[in-house]
This record gives sequence, structure tokens and C-alpha cells, in this order.
Amino acid sequence: MQDAKRQEHSFWEKIESNKKVEPKDWMPDAYRKSVIRALLNHINSEVIGMLPEKNWVTRAPSLRRKAALLAKIQDEAGHGLYLYSSAETLGISRPEMIESLQSGQSQYLFVFNYPTLTWADVGAIGWLVDGGAIGQQVPLQRTSYGPYARAMTRICKEESFHQRLGYDIMITLAKGSNEQKQMAQDALNRWWWPTLMMFGLPDTRTAHNDPLMKWKIKPETNDNIRQRFIDQTVPQIDYLGLEYPDPEIKWNEGRQHYDFGKIDWDEFYSVYNGSGHCNRDRIQQHKSAHQEGNWVREAMRKYREKHE
Amino acid sequence: MALFEVFLRSKRSLDHKHVGSLHANDHQQALHYARDCYIRRSEGISIWIVKSEDIVASQEDDSPSFYDPMDDKPYRHPSFYKLPKEISNM
Repeated sequence: MQDAKRQEHSFWEKIESNKKVEPKDWMPDAYRKSVIRALLNHINSEVIGMLPEKNWVTRAPSLRRKAALLAKIQDEAGHGLYLYSSAETLGISRPEMIESLQSGQSQYLFVFNYPTLTWADVGAIGWLVDGGAIGQQVPLQRTSYGPYARAMTRICKEESFHQRLGYDIMITLAKGSNEQKQMAQDALNRWWWPTLMMFGLPDTRTAHNDPLMKWKIKPETNDNIRQRFIDQTVPQIDYLGLEYPDPEIKWNEGRQHYDFGKIDWDEFYSVYNGSGHCNRDRIQQHKSAHQEGNWVREAMRKYREKHE
Repeated sequence: MALFEVFLRSKRSLDHKHVGSLHANDHQQALHYARDCYIRRSEGISIWIVKSEDIVASQEDDSPSFYDPMDDKPYRHPSFYKLPKEISNM
């Protein structure tokens, strides 16, 4: 009994003093489950996030853009791998995690349920979605679970290239022909609001006493990160010479922040719950890829049996 | 498949640092995978692969008596020794 109390005390001491919880440490079962859930959401997002982009690999406008887009997609596969490894330290297996994604038990960033309609979408996603993800991931380097925090440090370094590639594409289009500029504007208009929703529900709507914040799994609030993203991005829209996708965007001298319009959370819920253009499609593609890759797993199994 | 830990030494450093882990069938395969996953931007010029189960580690939470002996020997630190003012280059 004494031992259990000491372990629990040691756990909370780590959380309170911003020390890391490591795989061999004792942790409350609810904490373990919460970290797994947070990791799974992140992993699934990296894995599914590759699909909207793969859509344009065969139609990239130049060889250089094609190579860069391929590199970005490879990075994302790598991010999934680092995070799968982090999750496995908590006692969940790879097949369990794949099943969890395919069965719909765990989710992924709803923003990947939107289709990539033009090449400009590839630019907009890199600039806004990856850019937004950086805003969320930099604080995650301070998350309380050690393996997750360390994976995030590496991921953040690589994510930066993604955002710059996206913005570079937007610059080329926005400073190009009228048709290119219009394509860029259209992509900005379609990806702006889903990006803002990506930061999650407003602080007033999230569960009171959010356990993710109590356990320092999530170090910052949704609204803070969202506002910071908007403040950083609006001047980037100015540079492109594009129009604001939200007519209510306006610098507020008193707040020292940009004001912005109301987010339509009904759309968020409907896409989140499966009515987005691509919800079914994404999971189906993942299942097909997994089935088509079975011959690789079979070959490895046979090799192992031969050499045991 | 076994779990392997990956250590990298970068061009400018003297020691290998732990950068992550991966699954592979054997050491050679793990080395190839590590090359693919961990040095996409030439982060390392030397890779060490170690089977995770071969690593023996101490934990911060281990019995204090494992670490205690270090705590009461300040004379092992250079800062313990006060140098006379006249000595400026030691």
C-alpha cells in the first residue's frame, strides 16, 4: 500500500515539476490511455495526411515540385513511424493501431477529409495546414510523456520544410498569371476555415478541467494557438496580394491581435462525423494499401520462419 | 521482428546520440532502415544499431543507494577548489 502511494506521488511530482514520464515509470491507467489516444490521433493524421497529397504527385507542374512533394510525403510516413514507436512503449501493438484506424475507433485530423481539387491546394495545405500543425507541435515538445516529446522535437524540424514548400508554391502562383492567381485565391478560400477548425473547439466549449491539460499532455489551449496562427498568417496573405478569406479579419490595436469572424462549428461536426467529401474514401484507400502490401508481410514471415 | 535502437554520430560531433527506434528482422536490415528513416538530411555519418533488449539501463527512480555515493564527493568537481587571485590561467 505504501509502495502504491509512493509511486503515485512520484508520478505527480514529475508532472508538476515538468519532468518527463518515461516508459518504465508507473503511471495511472487513465494517463496511459490518454497518451495512447493523443498519439493515435496524431499518427493517424500523419498517415492519412499523405493521401490528399499523393493525389497530385503525378500531376505536379515540374520535376522539382514533384521531387519536393515526394520528399514531404516520405517525411510524413516517417513521422507516423516515430510516433508508432512512441505509442508501442505504452503497450499497444502496431496491428492494434492499424485496426483502430481502419475500424473508425480512433480518428484523424478531420481536415484531411477535404479534397485537393487543384495544384494550388497542395500549396495551401503545406502553408496553412502544416503551418498550423507547427503551431500545435512546438508546444508538444514539452508534453509530459518522454517518448512523445522527443519524437516531436524531430518532427518539428522537418515540418518547417513542409510549410515553406507550401508557401513557395503559393508565391509562384500568386505572382503568376491571372489564372494561377485565381487558383491560389480559391485554394486559400477553401482551406482557411478548415485550418482554423483544426486547432480544436474554443476553450469555452472544451471539457471543464481538461485531463489533457491536467496531465500536461497538451501544454497550450486551442484558442491561444489559433490566435497566434492567425496573427502570423495574415501578413503572409498580404505578401501574396490575395484577399482575406474572411471579411472580418482586422487588426485590433487594443488587443494587439487580429480579430476574425465566427467559425462554423456545425460544418466541423458534420465533416468530423463522416459527411465530408472524402471520409469514406480515405479509410478505403488505407485498407486497400494495407491489403496490397500483404505480400511484403508474408515474405518477411516466410524469411523469419526459414531462419528460426 | 525485433526492436532496435538507433544511434547517430553527426559529422561535427564525437559521440553517438540516441535518435529513435525501429523494427527489423536483423541488424543489417535495421541498418538500412535507419539509413532511410534517420539520415534523410545527412544528420549522421555513422549509425549504431543495438537490439533494444540488449540495452541495460538505470532509471532515475532507482534505489537512491545506487546514486548516493556521487552526492557527497564535491571534491571531485573542479569548482570545489578555490584558486588564489594571483592565478588566472588555471
